Amino acid sequence: MKIELRHIHKRFGTVHANNDISMTVDAGKIVAVLGENGAGKSTLMKILSGYQPADSGEIVLDAQLASYHTPQGAIAAGIGMLQQDPLDIPAFTVLENFVYGQKTGFLYSPRKWRERLKSISARLGFELDPDQPIANLSIGQRQQLEIVRLLSMGVRTLILDEPTTGISAEQKLILFEALRELARNDGMSVLLVSHKLEDVIALCDSVVVLRGGRLVGTLQLPATMDQLVRLMFGQELAPPAHECLVNPKTAIALDNVTLRGKRVTVQNFSMKIRACEVIGLAGLEESGQELILRACVGLVKPTHGHIALGETNLTGKSYREFLAAGVAFGAAGRLEEGLIAGLTLTEHIALATENQSLVDWTRAKMLTDQKLKQYNVRGRPESMIEQLSGGNQQRLLMALMPEQPVLMALEQPTRGLDVDSSHWIWQQLLERRERGTAILFSSPDLDELVTYSDRIFVAYAGHIVEISDARQTNIDELGRLIGGHFEKASGS
Amino acid sequence: MDESLINILNSVVANATPLVIAGIGETITERAGVTNLSLDGSLALAAMIGFVAALTTGSVALGLIAAMIAGAVVALIVALAGIELRQDQVAVGFVLTLLTADLAQFLGQDYTRIPGPTLPYVPIPVLKDIPVVGEIFFNHEPLVYFSYFLIFVTWYVLFHTRTGLSLRAIGERPAAAFARGTNVNRQRYLYTLIGGALVGLAGAAYSLAVKPGWSTPPVMRGDGWIALAIVIFGGWHPFRVVLGAYLFAGLRSLSSAIQRSPDIQIPLVLLNGLPWLLMIITLVLVSSGAIERLLQIMPRPLQKAMRGVLRSDPPAALGTRFDEG
Amino acid sequence: MKNRTLLTVGFALLPIIASVAITALLIVAVGSNPGDVFVAVTEGAFRDSRAFAGVINFWIPLALCSLGLIVTFTAGLWNIGVEGQMMIGAVFAAYGALFIDLPGPVLILVEILLAMLGGGLWAALVGFLKTRLAVHEIFGGVALNALANVWAIYLISGPWAPPSGGTAQATAPFKDTAVLPAISPEFPVSLIALLLVTATLVIVSFALSGTRWGLQLKATGKNSRSALLLGVPTTRSAMSALIVCGMVAGIAGSYRVLFTYESLRPLVSGGIGFLALLVVLLVGLRPLFAVIVGFAFAVILAGSTRLKVALQLDQSLAGVLQGFIVLLVLLSNGLRQRFTSDSTSSETPNTTTTVEIQRTQEHG
Repeated sequence: MKIELRHIHKRFGTVHANNDISMTVDAGKIVAVLGENGAGKSTLMKILSGYQPADSGEIVLDAQLASYHTPQGAIAAGIGMLQQDPLDIPAFTVLENFVYGQKTGFLYSPRKWRERLKSISARLGFELDPDQPIANLSIGQRQQLEIVRLLSMGVRTLILDEPTTGISAEQKLILFEALRELARNDGMSVLLVSHKLEDVIALCDSVVVLRGGRLVGTLQLPATMDQLVRLMFGQELAPPAHECLVNPKTAIALDNVTLRGKRVTVQNFSMKIRACEVIGLAGLEESGQELILRACVGLVKPTHGHIALGETNLTGKSYREFLAAGVAFGAAGRLEEGLIAGLTLTEHIALATENQSLVDWTRAKMLTDQKLKQYNVRGRPESMIEQLSGGNQQRLLMALMPEQPVLMALEQPTRGLDVDSSHWIWQQLLERRERGTAILFSSPDLDELVTYSDRIFVAYAGHIVEISDARQTNIDELGRLIGGHFEKASGS
Repeated sequence: MDESLINILNSVVANATPLVIAGIGETITERAGVTNLSLDGSLALAAMIGFVAALTTGSVALGLIAAMIAGAVVALIVALAGIELRQDQVAVGFVLTLLTADLAQFLGQDYTRIPGPTLPYVPIPVLKDIPVVGEIFFNHEPLVYFSYFLIFVTWYVLFHTRTGLSLRAIGERPAAAFARGTNVNRQRYLYTLIGGALVGLAGAAYSLAVKPGWSTPPVMRGDGWIALAIVIFGGWHPFRVVLGAYLFAGLRSLSSAIQRSPDIQIPLVLLNGLPWLLMIITLVLVSSGAIERLLQIMPRPLQKAMRGVLRSDPPAALGTRFDEG
Repeated sequence: MKNRTLLTVGFALLPIIASVAITALLIVAVGSNPGDVFVAVTEGAFRDSRAFAGVINFWIPLALCSLGLIVTFTAGLWNIGVEGQMMIGAVFAAYGALFIDLPGPVLILVEILLAMLGGGLWAALVGFLKTRLAVHEIFGGVALNALANVWAIYLISGPWAPPSGGTAQATAPFKDTAVLPAISPEFPVSLIALLLVTATLVIVSFALSGTRWGLQLKATGKNSRSALLLGVPTTRSAMSALIVCGMVAGIAGSYRVLFTYESLRPLVSGGIGFLALLVVLLVGLRPLFAVIVGFAFAVILAGSTRLKVALQLDQSLAGVLQGFIVLLVLLSNGLRQRFTSDSTSSETPNTTTTVEIQRTQEHG
C-alpha cells in the first residue's frame, strides 16, 4: 500500500512534536524512521495508526484521502501498528487474543480460527501454541502473535516500534525474514521505528530521519553506519572517557547462589565485583540478569549460597539491611519504583536523609536547594515529583542516593533519557566510581554496555557467561550471546 | 438418603440463591474492571423496595423489577462517579453502602414485620421426581432456577463468546480493548448496570422468598460483604463463586442444625461468628496462593482444564480508570 | 478570578443544598413535614444543656475515630475495622470496670489503657492479615467488626451477664468509681474525654506533619513500592498506623461504656466508626477540619434521636442526610475537576492504589 503523509502537525502544550511532516512510502518498501528520543517518531506513528489525531495535515492511502480516529479505524483502512510492548491481554490465551477484535458473530468457531492462526503463522515461520496463556509467552512471541493478528485483519501496512528490543537474535532473524517476505510478495509496506542502526542497515530500503519534530533527511540504503549517524545527530557525540581503574578491594561477592524467579532460575552462580569496577548485565527480559542485580541489593533472596558486601555477610538479610551496609539501588521504572508521586522534592530529600524522629523542615529545604543545584535538577523544592521531566526525575533519583556507596546497582539507568541526559548520568556514575564505588548496571542497550562496562555478564534463560574484558567485545558478539549462542563466547 | 439431610440440603440451595445471584452480578461488574462495593447496603435497599412494590401492587413480578431497578440505580451512581467523575470507586461504594442501608431503613419504616406476597413454589415436573437430586434442586421457587440458568449463561458468555472476550478485556487491559475497537467506558457502564440489577434481584430474593418481608435491622445485614468476599474467593469465576455461596449457606444450615441438637453445647451467639471466621479463612486461602498451589499437584491434563477455574488473580485493571487516546 | 471563586463556592455549597433538598423530599415521601423535622432535630440537639451534652457525647468518640482514621488513610489504608476496634476497646474497658478494684482515678486510667490495648490489638489483627496474609483490610476489617460484636454479645449474655438474668441487653451497671465523672448534672459531659480529644488532635497533627514517622506513613500511602526502595520500613509503617488508629478507636469505645452507657452493650460502637470514615472522606487528611465537621455530624446524629419521640420517624434519617452530603460532595469534586480541569486539589484521601506491603518485599 502506498502511503502519503502531507503536512502533519501535532503539538503537546508548548512542544511541537510533529512540525510539518510530509513523506511517502511506496508499496512493498521497508522504511526506517530514525531519530533520538523526543524527535517525534512515536507521535508520528501514533497518528498514522489512529492512536492519536493530528492537529492538521492529511493522510493519503493509495490515492484515497483517509479519515480515521481510532486504531480500529486505521486497521480497517489497512494500517496496523505493533507496539513496543504488544497491546495484548495477558490473561487471554493466544487463540482468544487472536480472535478478539476480529469480525466474528456473537459465537465464534474456535476450530476455524485455530486453523487461520496456524496457517498464517506457518507461512511466516512463527510457532504459536493457540492454547498457551499470553503470560507464558516471550516478547518475541507476543510480537509474532500481533503480526499474525494484524495480517488476519487485512492490514497492508505494518508499523513496528522498536521491535528488536527484548527479543532474541533468532527471533529477530525470523521477524526480518517474515517482513521481507510480506513486502516482496504481498506489497506490504513496513515502517520500522528503531534506534538500532545495524537492524536498519540489515532490513530497510530507505530511512527518514526526524529531529526536533521535523523531518530532516532521507537516505536510500545501502549506506554506511557513519552516514546514518551523521544524518541522525548532525555530528558525532563522544561518550565520556572511561578507563579501567584497578582496586583490589572486593565490593560485593556472590558465592554459589541460586536465585529463583517467576520464569527463570539462576543456579550456582558466583560473581565478585571489586571496588571501582563497572559491571554490565546483558540479557533479554527475564533471562536472569534482573535476579542477579536485585539479589545484590537484597530484593531477591538466594535459596542457596552466600552474599557478602565487603567483609559483611548479608545472606538472607532484608533490603533495608543491604542499604545500611552501603548499597544503593535504582529501579527501571522511576515513578513506580523509586519516586513517589504526590510528594514534593523536599519530602523526597527528607525521606532519604532524615534520621531523627523529628523532621527539621528548614534544614531539609536547604539541603534540597543545594542538591537541586548540585545535580542540575530543574524544579522547585515544593514541586511535586510528577511535575518533573524524565531526565530531571532521574537526576533527582541520583541525588537521593548516598554520595559514596560501596555498590550502586542500577536497572537501565538511562531508560527513556535523551543523549545529553544519558551522558550526564554516566558522568555522575563514573565520578563516584573514581571515589571507590563499584557499579553494577543492566541495560537493553548494547552500545551502553560495551561503552561503559569493564566486564559484562550475559544472561540467557538463567545461564550466565562472563565477558572478562568488555573492550575486547563488540555489539555483534554481545547480540549473539544474548540470543543464547554461548559456544562462540570469548570469555567463558 | 435421610429425609432430614435432604431437607437441610434443600434449604442450603434456597438460602444460597441470593448470594449466588449477587455474587454473579458483582463478578460481572468486577470482570469489567469496576468495583461496586455497595452491596451490603444496596441488597437491603432493593429488598425493601422489592417487598414494598410487590405489597402495594400485589404483583411479585413488579416487585422483582422494582428491586432490579433499585440495584441498577445504585450501580449507576458507582459507574458515574468512577468512570465519568474520576472518583475513587471504593470511597463512593463505601458511602453508598451506608447511605442505601439507612435509606432502606428510613423509607421502609412503615412496612416492617407485615406479611406480604412471596414467590410461589414451582416444583419442576419430571426433574423433581429424580430421587434425592430432584428434592434438593428442583423443588423451589423460580429464582432458584433462574440462578442455575444465570450461572451457566454467565460462564458460557464469559469464556465462549465475542461478548465475553471484550467484557474480560476491558477489565484486564482497557488500552488493548480500546485498540481493538471496544468502547471501554460504555461497556463498563453496561456491565456495572447489569451487575447492579442482579444485586437488586438478589435483594428481592430475600424479601420475597428466602426471608419474606422487611424488618429493622434487615435480615441480610452482612451478606453483602460475604457476597463480595465470595467473588474474591471465587477468583472471579462463576463456578467457584457459586461454590463459595453454597459453602456459606451450608455453614449456616450446619450451625442452625447444631443449635437444635441437644448433644452439642455451643452458645448460639458464638455460632453467629462462624461465617465471618470462614470469610477470613477463605480469603487467606486465596491470597496466600494455596488454591493455585493445588494446580501444581494435579496431573498435567487436569491442570490445563482447571487453570481457568483455579486462577485467583483479580482483573488486572479492577478499580482503575481508562481515558482514551 | 472572581468567576473562579464563585465556581469554588458554588461547588462547595451545591452538594449540601442538594442533599438537604433530597432529604426533605424523602421526608415528604414518608408523609412528614420537613419543617417539623428541622424543628425536632434542632430541639434534639440544642433545646437545653442536657441535649447539647448529647451532641458532645456523640462528638467525642466521632472526633477520636476521625483522627485515628486520618492516620490510617495517610498510610493508604481503609481501616473499615474501626468499628470493631471501638467495640473491643469497650470490652477491655468494661473488663476493668467490672473486675478490677482500684481507687477511682487510677482505675479510670487503667480502663483507658486497657481500651487502648484492646483496640490496638484488634487493629493489629487487621494489619497482620493485611501484611502477612495479603487479606485486604476492608474484608479483614468487616469480618473482625462482626466478630468483635459476637464476642461482646457472648460476654453480655454469658460470662458477664448481670445476676438478674442475661437477656443480652447489657451488663450490670458499672460501679461509680469505674465511670468517668460528668462536668455537672445539667451538662453531663466528661472533661477528661474532652482533654483526650484535644490531646489526640494535637498529637496527630504534629505526628503527621513534623515527624519522620508521619512522612514515612505518607510515603507508604502514596507509593509503598517506592517508599520501600527509598528505605522506608513499609510493613512497620502500615502496622503502626493501624495500631495507633486502633488505640484511639479503643479510647472512643471506652468512652461509650465508661460514660454514655455505664455498661457494656451489643453494638456499643453505634456506627460511629463508620460515620468517622464518612467524615474523613469528606474533609480529607486534615485533623482540625475533621474535628469541626465531626461536630456538625454529631449535631445531626444527636438531634435525630428526638425524631422517634416527636414525629414517630426513624432516626436513620440522620444517616440518610449525612450519606447524601458525602456522596454529593464526592460527585461534585469530580464535576469541579471536570469543569476546571484541576486535578491537583483532590481532597479525598487517595487510596485507589492498594498497598501490597509484604509481597513487595518478597518478589523482585
